[in-house]
Amino acid sequence: MSKQKSNWYEFYKGIWEINPTFKQILGTCPTLAVTVSVMNGIAMALATTFVLVFSSLFISLVRKFIPNQVRIAAYIVIIAAFVTIADLVMKAKFPELSKALGPFVPLIVVNCIILGRAEAFASKNSPWKSVLDALGNGAGFLLALLIMGSIRELLGSRTILGYQILPNGFEPLVVMILPAGAFLTFGLLMGFSNFYLERKKRIEQQELIAKFRKPEVKVEVKGMEA
Amino acid sequence: MDLLIIFISAAVVNNFVLAMFLGICPFIGVSNKTSSALSMGMATTFVMVLTAIVSWLLYFLILVPYKMEFLQIPSFILVIAALVQFVEMVIKKVSQPLYRALGIFLPLITTNCAILGLALLLSMREYTFMQSVIFGLGAGAGFTLALFIMSGIREELELTDVPKAFRGAPITLITAGLLALAFMGFAGMI
Repeated sequence: MSKQKSNWYEFYKGIWEINPTFKQILGTCPTLAVTVSVMNGIAMALATTFVLVFSSLFISLVRKFIPNQVRIAAYIVIIAAFVTIADLVMKAKFPELSKALGPFVPLIVVNCIILGRAEAFASKNSPWKSVLDALGNGAGFLLALLIMGSIRELLGSRTILGYQILPNGFEPLVVMILPAGAFLTFGLLMGFSNFYLERKKRIEQQELIAKFRKPEVKVEVKGMEA
Repeated sequence: MDLLIIFISAAVVNNFVLAMFLGICPFIGVSNKTSSALSMGMATTFVMVLTAIVSWLLYFLILVPYKMEFLQIPSFILVIAALVQFVEMVIKKVSQPLYRALGIFLPLITTNCAILGLALLLSMREYTFMQSVIFGLGAGAGFTLALFIMSGIREELELTDVPKAFRGAPITLITAGLLALAFMGFAGMI
């Protein structure tokens, strides 16, 4: 039963607890570059997740045969192979999306999320756990790109996934779909999430202090009695 | 004239960091001191020019004639990794002061997406050899410029009273956003 729970945790932690974009600040370049629309964000996240899952699986399978000194080079070759697959499939099946994402599909090779998970998790854990971890981190990345993409597409072109949401009276904020908007959105999101987490932490700390204060007082009273 | 346009376009109009989002990690990581920002920028420019030369030769003299374009991604990344290793060894042997100034930044450059992005873009746009070298030089100059300006601003930001939740990465990103707005002013140049 406990084993089941820990497996579930390997998946679950990637979505928020160690979210690759907001918590580990990895893979910033694609997060900023492709979130002009929600669709691009989803495509990018799915391609990254595909590469992440398969490279984690393979790295975990061969982790005991790779000498420690050349492991990074070996990881990069494995990752590059899967990125090539993703790139060629996208070019053949979704030429328009591939054109919209530009060099960012081949650039998944140097996305720090993938090498980061390979080094921190897949090189030390069993294949099954590595796949779960990769899926979780991919989902976390998808979540981040969805949030970024929705905000930018909604404010920048009044739509989400191509459907108009805001009325015609709303003047689109063109800056949101320009590079500057990407930096601003990401910075504000990160700042507000920090603010929320810090407030939560402070409240928890105060509760903890309040909990521990009572017994202290009791001890003092007892000491005085004696 | 053509070469000048490529240089200016890569350096300011389509700045790698502020307009194309390549190399954000070092941009945020190494931009807290002007001196280290300059060293990082110079090391990156150096590797960019070398990468432009080597990847042009690899792509247009080996991969294209033998119809092996599908090997582009693995071959580029391996060549860049080997190149950076090689540069590090040469600098260590030739000049100790230069190694001390650039040495720690060189391993970081391998996973800098600006370098691989440069190699992919010059093969995508089918530049000639000379154009590729100038493109690498311009991209490096633009990267150094962005990093240098950013580090100057961040040194001032250290002294200001930023809300606690926004300290570090968030305020840096917002500053980068304003800087990107300023760089949009160059868009009319070409």
